[in-house]
Amino acid sequence: MPAGVPGGPRAPYRSPLLPPLDPAAAAVELADVSFAYDARMILKGITMVIPRGKVVAIMGSSGSGKTTILRLIGGQLKPLSGSIRVAGQSVPDLDRDALYELRRKFGMLFQFGALFTDMDVFENIAFPLREHTSLPEELVRDLVLMKLNAVGLRGAAGLMPSELSGGMARRVALARAIALDPMLVMYDEPFAGLDPISLGVVGQLIRRLNQALGITSVIVTHDVYESLKIVDYLYFVSEGRIVAAGTPAEVRASSDPFVRQFIDGEEDGPVPFHYPASSYREALFSDAG
Amino acid sequence: MSRSTLDLWVGIFVTIGLGAILFLALKVGNLLTVGNTPGYRLEANFDNIGGLKVRAPVKAAGVVVGRVEDIRLDPKMYVAVVNMRIDQAYTFSKDSIAAINTSGLLGEQYVSVDSGGDTTMLKDGDRIAHTQSAVVIEKLISQFLFDKASAPPAGAKP
Amino acid sequence: MPADALGMVGNRIRAIGASAIGAIARLGHASRFLIAILVHSPGAFRRLHLTIREIYFAGVLSLVIILVSGLFVGMVLALQGYDVLVRYGSAESLGVLVALSLVREMGPVVAGLLFASRAGSAITAEIGLMKATEQLSAMEMMAVDPLARVVAPRFWGGVISMPLVAALFSTMGVYGGYLVGVRLIGIDAGSFWGQMQSAVDFRQDIVNGIIKSVVFGVAVSLIAVFEGYYSKPTAEGVSSATTRTVVVSSLAILALDFVLTVFMFRGVR
Repeated sequence: MPAGVPGGPRAPYRSPLLPPLDPAAAAVELADVSFAYDARMILKGITMVIPRGKVVAIMGSSGSGKTTILRLIGGQLKPLSGSIRVAGQSVPDLDRDALYELRRKFGMLFQFGALFTDMDVFENIAFPLREHTSLPEELVRDLVLMKLNAVGLRGAAGLMPSELSGGMARRVALARAIALDPMLVMYDEPFAGLDPISLGVVGQLIRRLNQALGITSVIVTHDVYESLKIVDYLYFVSEGRIVAAGTPAEVRASSDPFVRQFIDGEEDGPVPFHYPASSYREALFSDAG
Repeated sequence: MSRSTLDLWVGIFVTIGLGAILFLALKVGNLLTVGNTPGYRLEANFDNIGGLKVRAPVKAAGVVVGRVEDIRLDPKMYVAVVNMRIDQAYTFSKDSIAAINTSGLLGEQYVSVDSGGDTTMLKDGDRIAHTQSAVVIEKLISQFLFDKASAPPAGAKP
Repeated sequence: MPADALGMVGNRIRAIGASAIGAIARLGHASRFLIAILVHSPGAFRRLHLTIREIYFAGVLSLVIILVSGLFVGMVLALQGYDVLVRYGSAESLGVLVALSLVREMGPVVAGLLFASRAGSAITAEIGLMKATEQLSAMEMMAVDPLARVVAPRFWGGVISMPLVAALFSTMGVYGGYLVGVRLIGIDAGSFWGQMQSAVDFRQDIVNGIIKSVVFGVAVSLIAVFEGYYSKPTAEGVSSATTRTVVVSSLAILALDFVLTVFMFRGVR
């Protein structure tokens, strides 16, 4: 257990900031969800269940619709069809106030952090605390330092986001995402663009915080190596559909061609190398114009 | 930038901004001179007010003693009824003459009041009985031509 | 081929019609946005320090350019004005000319144009950048409405700063006119100020000038926050939004100035 993070393995930490939740409900359930942007179908009939307290990865190549799933869960987008339930509530049907109520129980880590550039690290993490609670400043200060300590950056409290490296910014954003002790944390490409050490640090933090705080984590990523190390379950998305799913052990042993291409990093397979084009011979030997 | 420094600068900005507005109102404009100085109302009827406008000055011996407040047409008598507000400090006799003059050759028109010899003074709401209308250039010219035409000419053609 | 030419002309007309409809749709979008901002404004004033911060960035930081420009505009008005007035023997009316030009028109309009290019573009760039780096999304996901926290304070910062900035511009202009007219050219100071005072009416000229600057402030601030909020979240998106803010604000100021002038100064004394 990292120093400064409360809670134990038996009774997951339940923050006094939140009302109690129904322990039987799955954290997130998507049933036959479809989504289109302009005329393009991005998601075609996605069904997935994310159990409480687990770390689940949604993997797929770029542009497969993974981030769209996160935005649908968070209520930033409305699906064309299908249902999305978080803690038993149907997200697309919530009105604005109820949606904002629900979002207070979320934490989201954006790609590259999305820290507020006009505030320093401390202010960034204090932001959700100040906005949603009326805790006195001393308590806010203590909570912020606790969160920073959990991600190992207590000494960086006075820095501005522009002074942080990529890995540090990601960790600060993580501390901000858990500031209100959420029940669900979503990670959008948390491993993108990090050096191997930072990769390891972020991966371990995601796992440890999940255990310590008893939260549910959804990771959208295409980093196979790190994901297999830390997740409980994986979903593979390609062209708007779920093509494979399983635990890390099942996935490693899978003979599904898509999973194999993904894991082994093959350049050609179910996901083709060539972008659709006319015949090569025709393109080379035809008249120009 | 600490919050108190920010507040200080914004406070300075708002103060000098409002100060600029005040300066414009008082020094550049006429906010104070068109004040609510205590005064009384006088009325005067003119056949022709010429170019007299509301808020034109009322002068006696060239000194501003009041302002024109209202100009109406009397629908029965077809004369212009001019309402003026005169400064409390100045009083005029009942036989004063109100005339419409022009300041300079092409300047704006104003009402001049010449006090007479009567010992009774005009009170609030009184009407100045003797008035002199504005000079209308066209009438002046046609009068001049008429006089010129009717006077015996010295060797001029008929 | 005649069919081709007809098609081309038809396409051109269709394009013009489409952009006209697009402009009107954008105007409607901006109006709805204005209402949304007003609805969320109480939040901006409950956290007054946010709005004060924006008044600093919009107003205080524009002071240098406003004061210097005001001074120069006033001085040029006096120089040019003297040149014309002296031909008709009315050189003492220079104060009237400078003051009325500034208070009625130059103050609100020129200050508005300068404000749009300095503060307006900065606001658009800031909000656009926050959108491109997902800061606005992050705020939404943290259940904080970016309209109340980011947009409304900047809008009100602009609206509050504009009239103050226009008044400061006019004041510096009058002072510049005084420097050139009285100190440089040698017009009598008494006539300069005296004639000015009797010709400039508080209600007709100064209040109308203030009303103009408030209207311009609303227009510029709305355009600035609107362009930033709905910019494309890329580098070119932000830069083209910034340019659009300056161009559209300037056109809006000049068009509104015409409309307001017609209503305010119809049949002046």
